[in-house]
This record gives sequence, structure tokens and C-alpha cells, in this order.
Amino acid sequence: MRFWKSLIATAAVALVPLAASAQTVKIGIINTYSGPNATLGELIDKGFSLYIKEYSKNLPPGVKIELIKRDDTGPNPDVAKRLAQELITRDKVNMLAGVVWTPNAAAIAPLATEAKIPFMIMNAGTAAVSTMSPYIARVSFTLWQSSYPLGQWAAKNGIKRVYSAVSDYGPGHDTEAGFEKGFVDNGGQIVGKVRMPLANPDFIPFLQRAKDEKPDAVMVFVPAGRQATALMKAYSDLGLKEAGIKLIGPGDITTDEELPNMGDVALGVITMHHYSAAATRPANQAFVQAWKREYGANSTPAFMAVGAWDGMAAIFHAITEQKGRIDGDKTLAAWKGWKNDQSPRGPIMIDPETRDIVQNEYMREVKKVNGALANVEFETIPAVKDPWKVINNRK
Amino acid sequence: MFHRLSPDDPPVEQMVQSHKLRPLELLPWLAIVGAYFAFPEYLSLGSQILLTVVFALSLDLILGYAGIITLGHSAFFGVGAYTAGIYALHISGEPLSGLVVAALAAGLVGLASGLVILRTHGLTLLMLTLAFLFLIHEIANKAGFITGGADGLQGIAMQEIFGQFRFDMFGRTAYVYSAVVLFIVWLFARLLVHSPFGRSLTGIRENVTRMHAIGTPVRRRLVIIYTISAMIAGIAGALLTHTTQFVGLNVLSFERSGEIVIMLILGGIGRLYGAFVGAAVFMIAQDELAKADPVFWYFWIGLLLVLIVMFARGGILGLVDQARRWLRRRV
Amino acid sequence: MDFVSAAISIVFHGLAFAMVLYIISVGLSVTMGLMGFANLAHGVFAMAGGYLTTTLMNNHGVPFGFALLAAAITVALISIVLERLLYSRLYGAGELEQVLFTIGLIFMSVAVVRYIWGPLPQRMVLPEMLRGQLDLGFRAFPTYRTFLIAVSLALILALWLGIERTNFGAQVRAAVDNRRMAESLGINTGRLFTLTFALGSGLAALGGGLGADLLAINPAYAFEYLVYFLMVVAVGGLGSIRGPFVAAVLLGVSDTAFKYLVPEIGAFVIYIAVIGLLLWRPAGLFGRA
Repeated sequence: MRFWKSLIATAAVALVPLAASAQTVKIGIINTYSGPNATLGELIDKGFSLYIKEYSKNLPPGVKIELIKRDDTGPNPDVAKRLAQELITRDKVNMLAGVVWTPNAAAIAPLATEAKIPFMIMNAGTAAVSTMSPYIARVSFTLWQSSYPLGQWAAKNGIKRVYSAVSDYGPGHDTEAGFEKGFVDNGGQIVGKVRMPLANPDFIPFLQRAKDEKPDAVMVFVPAGRQATALMKAYSDLGLKEAGIKLIGPGDITTDEELPNMGDVALGVITMHHYSAAATRPANQAFVQAWKREYGANSTPAFMAVGAWDGMAAIFHAITEQKGRIDGDKTLAAWKGWKNDQSPRGPIMIDPETRDIVQNEYMREVKKVNGALANVEFETIPAVKDPWKVINNRK
Repeated sequence: MFHRLSPDDPPVEQMVQSHKLRPLELLPWLAIVGAYFAFPEYLSLGSQILLTVVFALSLDLILGYAGIITLGHSAFFGVGAYTAGIYALHISGEPLSGLVVAALAAGLVGLASGLVILRTHGLTLLMLTLAFLFLIHEIANKAGFITGGADGLQGIAMQEIFGQFRFDMFGRTAYVYSAVVLFIVWLFARLLVHSPFGRSLTGIRENVTRMHAIGTPVRRRLVIIYTISAMIAGIAGALLTHTTQFVGLNVLSFERSGEIVIMLILGGIGRLYGAFVGAAVFMIAQDELAKADPVFWYFWIGLLLVLIVMFARGGILGLVDQARRWLRRRV
Repeated sequence: MDFVSAAISIVFHGLAFAMVLYIISVGLSVTMGLMGFANLAHGVFAMAGGYLTTTLMNNHGVPFGFALLAAAITVALISIVLERLLYSRLYGAGELEQVLFTIGLIFMSVAVVRYIWGPLPQRMVLPEMLRGQLDLGFRAFPTYRTFLIAVSLALILALWLGIERTNFGAQVRAAVDNRRMAESLGINTGRLFTLTFALGSGLAALGGGLGADLLAINPAYAFEYLVYFLMVVAVGGLGSIRGPFVAAVLLGVSDTAFKYLVPEIGAFVIYIAVIGLLLWRPAGLFGRA
């Protein structure tokens, strides 16, 4: 009996390649796996890996995905460009995806255009990135999306004078400009601005300046992660909370995976962002459960992971539509207007005109939930298109 | 650590004849030409290696020949890269004139800093090279309106070389371009180190008191070689901008400065070809190993450095020399 | 009045930063002056101290003070082994070899640390009584930074007294001044080197642990803060105890002050200041030329 079983099994295995015309879709992933910012890359990797694990059964029969991962080691545009070049010419990928840093995305953009390779951005958040190539679609966020409505909300909710302090790079500049536009247009007053160095900053002198101006709130943006924790410490050390100065900003300053490190000093900080791991919508609860099942009960997803998750979902959609035979222009057509109502962050869409993400933004406050710190959503601003592109009429 | 004559070599003959071209010196060029045909899919890595060799050569001139220990050499690389980028963006995308402008700018900065810091030596000099590097890095960071700041200089479009050769996606033009520039730089460096000026540098490195005693204008020589080295480093930086059409702040990083010193030590300092061997071995190994395990790449490089310092101070070429001498004694 | 308050705040925070820099760097100054050895890997000892302290506190519940001491002593002992096995082979070697060797050590330590502890910075959970604000009547200061300054001053005092008043200190001073003479007087310089090296490394580890709140403990620590340690030592003057103190205070306070006064160029004023100081006094403020 066993002999027959193994004979049939062998025959089946030998015949399967004939039966299904196997298609392998090669996706080149350019991510940051080493260096001080490796945690961002790790979350992104976990995000898309989890999606593939959960949904690869939904791919058309015979279609496989092959991921080729490359490490850009940080904001190193020359390395990123070379890696993209190699992925396209040597490994012959069908698509590119990933990219944490704006300068890296900018360096890769002309290659995507020249080679007609679809490029799915899972993180880089400067508003102009999606305009750099017609083959780019972004599924993560832009800083204007969170800072502009935040400015509007602040002006309408009793905050009249704000001091703005941002890190000195693309996303920081975007936050500063976006917040100011939303805030000032609604009657607010910016009493001072400062741009802080991106690398190794010491926040004390800058926050002291802010304290001097006696604003109602300090609006801050720093890269997510340990800089945000250092910022919280400085905010607490200088006694700004006691002086009645609130801390507000985009959600990068209170990301879910970093909150435990910040401690109680983060309580009461109000942010606006497109994702919070504490959100109670069913799609998110399912996502967080799957995450903890795969990565351990102590692990928390954060917005970078969701960007990667949804990015892979969009990629799957394009693959399914084309049945595994990937064409650059057809992929972009599949991405334009793609919707996902079951994203952990709520309903999202890729805008067919700008190829950028349209999503809900949530006002959140840091509170203690079940003994742990969490970003608790209290207000929703639905279907926010990138305000920078809307205001400046850019595609 | 430095390439010394061994007792086996006939002394005066060696000195007198050393400027003549030996057949072994054609080996790197054969390899460079051969690689173009043998590895058509690796040309972008290839051009990066070639421009790194240019950078390493510039460092060898001051570290290997003149004995100036610096950890801030990427300051000149970065000045060259940014100058080339700004030139291409605002004035002209023509590459060759961009090279010249970049070299001049880097040379100027090299001259200024050399005049100021070469009065000191030892730890103070090392510290000053570092402080200078960080200063330039901060200036580039802050002057975002020219340099693009932390986001980098975007939108650089290079024109065809001689109006003919476009910088293509496969990196073919970039490779040949870098190879030709390297050739010219190498020729110049070779002539320089075998000239009386170049010899006097070795003298300054080995015994500066004696050089003073025989009336050599020591400081002037050091400033001159420092300036020349800065110019060549600037050319390497410009090559990076031209071949990648992008300039990021990492051209001015401390890591880059440290890496180039490591590459040179790995190959062997004070002998020009150490630059070729070191840069090639390091970058190929990094490309291969970093893929497998980026964390342990750091460990092996560290271990390699420690071992080289303790047992193989002449680097790879030093070991090759030892092997050849050992073989000669056997035969 | 507001300006005064802000100024006090700035000076205070700059001082806390300066104290940490000093405790870490003073060991480097002495070993460089004593052994003529450019140990760029000094920051690794500080980093090790930080990692050991946080691990003992977070994973084993050891109280803050004990964790600091245990970490410092452990690192000092390890440094003795390193000194005997590796460093002593390179005492006569040229500066380039020393620089390369110690950079190699930094690389290795980065990889090892990352392997054991991961890429994220370590959490430093301060003991309850050191958190929050300390109300001194006329104004409130962050408790931990006050503690830091107080402890550092005590340490510095102990160090100065030790160097000036003890036999050991006298031997160190003698050997720094003129090693041959000291040897001919019968001072065992080899043993002196080892002990001084251990003391310097232990102090660095202490500084790393104490300063974990300001200088985050992460794998790239030895690289990130290398510039600061080197600046303090170079500006202060090799072999001196006082020099790095003055340099640390100058650099620490002015760095914070300039970032506050002129945030646009604040970050690089400090490099201009260091270049200026080193050109004026190449041997450092208190160094021997």
C-alpha cells in the first residue's frame, strides 16, 4: 500500500509543474536591516512577511512570490540606488518595494521610471516622493496628512499659540509647513519655529527656547523611536508640563512600539496619526492578534508594519489581476484606485490621480489601558488626501 | 607598516630603477578591463570600486607616503561630491568640466585646512582632522538650500560624455568613465611618488628631524601633498555624484573616512597598489558578506584590523611580499 | 528674569552633560599621557559599563547603586585582561597601529554587543527617588541631573585627592612626567600602567552607567560619542586630570548654550571652538607640549 501511495505522490509531484504554468513574481525589497535604525526596517519586514504568511493562499494557482531583500543600511541614497540597479538588471525583479528613507526613494525613482518597474513605497513620508516617478505608488503616509489636520484641530480646540520644533529633514520640514498652514489658516499663531539637527540631537536647548516663549503647546516632530523617547525625557526634565505647555504632534512621537520605553511622562500627549495599535476596529484587532501569534505576546505592531502590510496587499491585488504576468503599466493601473476597507487602520485607497495614499486620520491621546500606555483614538477625520498635493495642485 | 626595502633587494639599484614600469603593474589594469567583459551585471559595483580606489590613492599619498594620520579625509571627498552635484544642477550637466571644478574646490578646502592644521601632529592633528570633517558635515547639513540637507541633492541629470556616451542604467558608461579617470590619477600619483618631491615625503615620514636638518621645507611639502591629496579625493567624490546622480550627506560621514583607512591598511599602505587591492577586496567582501549577515561583517572587519596590526602590518601586499621572499629563498 | 531662569537651566543641563563626559574621558587622558597609547576604544568601556548596569537592573533587579559598582568593577577586571593580552604588545608601536587596532576593537565590540543585546537602545529605569523634579526653594531642577552633578563632583574630588595625596598618585604623576626617570627610581611602570588602565576603564564604565540617561546605551555608542571623548581629552591636555575637567565643562556648557542661543548654527560652533582651542594650544589647555 505504501509503495502505491509513494508512487502516486511522486507522479503527482512530477506532473504538477506541467499542470499549472508556474509564475514566479520577483519582488525586490530595499529596506534598512542594519545600523541604528534597523528597528524600523524590522517592523516593515515583519509587516509584509505576516501578510504573505496569512494570505499567500489567495494568490492565483501556480503563482509564487519570491522576495529578494537588500539592506540599504540607512539613509544612504548611493547604496540604495546601486541596490535598485542591481535588483533590476541583475536579479530582474518585476517590482520594487519598501524604502524607509526619503533620500533613498528619491535616488531610486529615476531608475523605476527608466526601467518601467512598479515601485511600492511602504514608508518614506515626504509629500513630494510620490511625484518623483509615474511608477511610484505609496501606501504609507505623508507628514502633511497628519500635521495639516492637526493644525486645524488645534486652532479649533483652544490652542492659540504654538511653538514648532521639528527635525531638520524632509519629513520635518513637511510637518512644520503642514501644521502651520492648517493652524494659521484657522486663526492660530506660531510664536516660534526651530529646526533641530537630525543626528544625535540634544533636545534640552531647543525645548528651553520653546518654554521661553510661553506657548499653549509645543508641536514637535522627530523620527519615530528612540529620538522620540529622548524628546519626552527632555519635555519632562524641563518641566514643560508643569508650566502648562502641552505637547502635540504627528503620531511619530508616540509610536506604539516605543511607548513602553517612554513611561508615564508620555501620558496626555495628543497626536494625530493614521494608525494606533490600540484601535478597537475589528480589522485591527484581528491584525494585532495575528501579529502577537506570530511574533510573541510582548511584540506590538506600529504604523511602519501596517504600511508594509497594506503595501503587500496592494501588490497581491496587482498580481492577482494580472495572473502573475507582471507588466509595469498594468500594475500601476491595478494600484490606481485600489481600495482596502479591511486595513487595520480603517478604509484606505490609493488615489488614482496622485498614486498616493488616502486614509483616515485619528486624533489620539496617550492613556493607560489595562496598565499599559496606548494611543487612544478619540476623533476621526475621514479620507484625508495629501493636503500638500491638493493645495499645490500637484500630481 | 610602511613598505620598507628588505635586505634581499640590491639597494641602490632598487632605488634608482623603481620608477620604471614593471610588468606586474599591468595586472590591475588587466583585471579592470577584464572585469568589464567578465562581469557585465556587476558594473555598477565595479564603478563604485574604481572611484573608491581613486579615493584610497589620495589617502595613500598622505598616509602612506607622507605619514599624516587622518580620520577626516572624507571631508574632501564630500566637498568634491557636493561641488560636482551643485555644478551639474545649476550650471552644467557636462561631466568633465564638473570633475575639474570639483577638484579645484576640494583642493582649495584642502589647502585652507592644511595650512591651518599641519602645524600640529599626533593626537592633536588627528583630532583636528576629525573636527574639520564634522564641521563640514554640519555646514552641508545646515546649508540645505544649496546642498539639499539631510534629504540630499536631487534631480541631478548628467549629460553625455563628449556628447556621445550616456550614463546608462547598466552602469557601462560609468564604469569606463571611472576606469579612465582612475588611470589618469594613477599615472599622476605614480609619477609623483617616484619624483624627488615624492621621495622627500618618505623622508619626512621616516625622520622629520633629519629632513629639517638638511634644509627641506617640511611644512610646505606637507601642505602641498595635502592639497594634492584633497584634490584627488574631490575627484573621487565627483565620480560618485556623476555615476549615481545623487549626493547625500553620507559622503561626509565618519564611517566613510574610517572605511577608506581600513581599505588602505588592508591592501598595504605606502605602495599605491594597496589602494587597488584593499578597496576591491573590502568592497567585494562587503557586498557578499553583508548580504549574508550584516551584523557579523562588523565583527570580522574589526578582527581583521586587529590581526593585521598585530601580525601583518603590510596588509595583503605585505603578505604577498613576504610570500615571494620566502619562495625565493626556497628556490 | 526669564532670561536668567533660562540661562540657569542651560548651564545646569550643560554641566550634567559635561560631568558625564569628564568621568568617562579622564581615564583616557591619563592612559594616553602615561602610556602614550591612543586608545580610541575607550568608549567601549563606557558602553560596557552602561550595558552591564542596565542589564543588572532590568533583568536581575539589582539596585541602581550596586549595579553601577558591579559594572565598574567587572569592566575594570576585564580591562586588565585586555591590557595584559593585547594592548601591552603595542606600547612601542606607531600611532597609526594604535589607532587602527583600537578602531578594530570598536568594530568588534559593536558586533558583539548588537548580537547579545540587539540594536535597540537600553532602557534605563531610574530608581524612584531619583526621578522627577527636586524643589530647591527658588526653583525646581530635574532630580537625576542634580544627582549626577553631585556624584560627579564627589568622584572628581576623590580623584584629585587620590592623585595628589596618595603614593600611587605620586607614582602616576612621576611616570607621566618622565617614565625613564621614574623607572630608574624603581617604580614598576608595567604594573602602574595596568592599574591605571584598570582605574580609567572602571571610571569610564561608571560614567557610562551614570550617563545612560543622557548618552543612550546602544551598539553604536563607542562610535557616536568618540568625538566627544577625544575632544575633551585633546582640548584638556593628555596626562592631565584637571585639563579634561575644564575642557568638558567648556565644551558641555557651550554646546548646550550655543544650541540654545543660535539654534541655526549651534551644532557646529563647538567644532570651530575646538579647532580654535587646539590651534591656540596644540598640547591642550593643561597639556605638556
